[in-house]
Amino acid sequence: MSAASTAEPAFVAKTKTGRITDFVDARVGGSGILREFGRKVFPDHWSFMFGEVALYSFVILLLSGTFLTFFFDPSMAETHYDGGYVPLKGVEMSVAYSSSLNISFDIRGGLFMRQVHHWAALLFVASIAVHMLRVFFTGAFRRPREMNWVVGGVLLILAMAAGFTGYSLPDDLLSGNGLRIIDGVIKSIPVIGTYISFFLFGGEFPGTAIISRLYMLHILLVPALILLMIVVHLFMVVVHKHTQYPGPGRNDNNVVGYPLGPVYAAKAGGFFFIVFGVIALMAAFFTINPIWNYGPYDPSPVSAGTQPDWYIGFVDGALRLMPGTFGDWHVEQVFFGHVFTFNVLLPALVPAGILFTVMFMYPWIERWVTKDDREHHVLDRPRNAPTRTAIGMAGFVWYCVMWAAAGSDLIATHFGVSLNDVTYWLRALFFIGPVIAFVVTKRVALALQRKDREIALHGRETGRIVRLPHGEFIEVHAPLDEYKRYKLVGFESPQVLPAVPNEHGVVTRKEKRRAFLSRWFFEDRVAPATPAELEAAHGHGHEAVEAAEGSRSLTH
Amino acid sequence: MKALSQKRRHPLAAIALLLMGLLLTGGLYAVATTVNEAKASTTTFSANDAEEGGKLFAANCATCHGMGASGSKDGPSLVGVGAAAVDFQVGTGRMPMQMNGPQALKKPVQFNDEQTHQLAAYVASLGAGPAIPEEDLTNGGGDAAAGGELFRTNCAMCHNAAAAGGALTRGKFAPALADVSGKHIYEAMATGPQNMPVFNDANITPEGKKDIITFLKQIETTGSPGGADLGSLGPVAEGLFVWVAGLGVIIAFTIWLTSRTS
Repeated sequence: MSAASTAEPAFVAKTKTGRITDFVDARVGGSGILREFGRKVFPDHWSFMFGEVALYSFVILLLSGTFLTFFFDPSMAETHYDGGYVPLKGVEMSVAYSSSLNISFDIRGGLFMRQVHHWAALLFVASIAVHMLRVFFTGAFRRPREMNWVVGGVLLILAMAAGFTGYSLPDDLLSGNGLRIIDGVIKSIPVIGTYISFFLFGGEFPGTAIISRLYMLHILLVPALILLMIVVHLFMVVVHKHTQYPGPGRNDNNVVGYPLGPVYAAKAGGFFFIVFGVIALMAAFFTINPIWNYGPYDPSPVSAGTQPDWYIGFVDGALRLMPGTFGDWHVEQVFFGHVFTFNVLLPALVPAGILFTVMFMYPWIERWVTKDDREHHVLDRPRNAPTRTAIGMAGFVWYCVMWAAAGSDLIATHFGVSLNDVTYWLRALFFIGPVIAFVVTKRVALALQRKDREIALHGRETGRIVRLPHGEFIEVHAPLDEYKRYKLVGFESPQVLPAVPNEHGVVTRKEKRRAFLSRWFFEDRVAPATPAELEAAHGHGHEAVEAAEGSRSLTH
Repeated sequence: MKALSQKRRHPLAAIALLLMGLLLTGGLYAVATTVNEAKASTTTFSANDAEEGGKLFAANCATCHGMGASGSKDGPSLVGVGAAAVDFQVGTGRMPMQMNGPQALKKPVQFNDEQTHQLAAYVASLGAGPAIPEEDLTNGGGDAAAGGELFRTNCAMCHNAAAAGGALTRGKFAPALADVSGKHIYEAMATGPQNMPVFNDANITPEGKKDIITFLKQIETTGSPGGADLGSLGPVAEGLFVWVAGLGVIIAFTIWLTSRTS
């Protein structure tokens, strides 16, 4: 930090700008920081940029959101609309809804900013989700990044909270229906549910307090927490350095890529404006949340096609899938004179609970099963970790089934099928979908690994058929260059770790469970081609390769 | 009074009582239905219309609805459904039905205006029912804001707040209402076709129906103030759009940005 100011005390800059810069630098140590950060190396890959998309969407949310706060009035006082939208003229509504309409129709640029804010919100959560999928499927959550995976998960939950509180603010029919569902879910919690609901809404739903309370959460608490978590998240990225895909010259002790300054600073800066531009174009040409269609909130009407924004959809879908009765047995039960609404409580809390618990715990689960406590900076290609990829896809499909259920009515109308049938199929898929996804994904991953191995050993099929002098036809295989081959052979393929006794010579039950899981994870495996095998394949022709292949077990 | 109490055990007393009860309920029902009936009858039919309509009916409708529109196991009786029901069902092509299904679908109309008029005349001649509404009730000019409130309270749960349509059970659905004429909207409310409930004049007054039509025509002509409306289907369409188009374009840019590296 002090290098810039003390190394050459006699230094006097020639220009005025130089002298000002030197003055500032000598006091804040900017050049030291710049030297440290400017040399940070980032590997280049398109899939590494979703976190950036989320960050930029958040910046855009802050900017557009600030604009909206200038004109939004979070009051539930009653008023009669007197703005520019004729079909609502004179209709009784809350001040919150009226001011949202004014933003849309009477504030210059207001509708555009509202749409920027809402599209950016959808993109924010979507890019977080895709970023997490990338991190999961490439194994980037392994040591030393387990904590950062958790911080990322917390960010996802915070982003959902930010989105939901914002969705509820305009106090239109759609958002009111969403709040009503939340109220129902809260009230389904045994014993304390009604108390929480009354505290939250300041009395019976909808009350007159909820909009201003959500507004404070939406503009103050939640964004502050998100900002804090982003700082922690990025700090850990700097500490851990970035991961990289496997390739020649890349290992767990280096990072191959371009430095932040100037290449990445320029790319990232430009990318911010690209993201901003895409959101601005969406906001300019495609309407989002047309609150004027929905009308003011009134607890009696519910519009067809009432859904939450996409990121809450899976909870809504789970609610839609839950049957109220099994034959004659009602899921809602009365115990000791109290109603227990399990048909709301179970679907609203259990799937989301399982999803987030497994997500948060996964790095430790895998660490325990593999006993792998090494640092990993080189990523796995998803096919090279077949069981992890299959687990991820099972969870993904499970999520998507619930997600699709939230749009069951639109699936029914747009594909001309019965709503009941859609529900029955999705109920079945809720249970068997993840299993099918797991089996299929694992087999596909193993097949891809075998294909990679085949190509590494025998080269690429050229499609050129050659007739040998003695009449035999063969297809010529072109050998791979070293760079491509490295990608196909340079990966780890963990083996089953059998149960081992602890220091007292006892094989504990826990260790047996671990060994069982280890077998489940790794008994089906394709080993990368070894140098000996490659040598045999390229040096001595096919017989040697077959012999080499026969001598080791490729798969079970 | 004494005479009455003496005769209370007369063999015919029970029958007399039953008769009185029936007369009372029937009378009250008749009064109630005339109160609730959608009255807007002005369209006049000549005897010739009804006669021609009868021929058309026998040739095209009687297979299912029975001779004299008295109904069969394939189709309901049309006695008392009124001219409005015929004008709606035939005028939108829903009848004659192409095939049995969860509900009759809109399709190109099979009869011209005159034939539809004649069919309506025939069915109207069979029994009193909702008549074809007058023009000043169906071509707008009402209070759009009041209509919007009525629409959100009574119609939006099936037809969607922006009248984009919605799903019902077992393959049935509430259709989108854009491009539906004011007359057909009115008739649908008055007669309750398919799975739609009847909104009689006691439920929604003719003025209220007029306001609803005004509201629907208003949002149809205003269009979407915020750009392409993505079908007015709500958050599902928006989510699909951001995942496919929004993220798709972003991914294209990320690939472009990282394409010139090792």
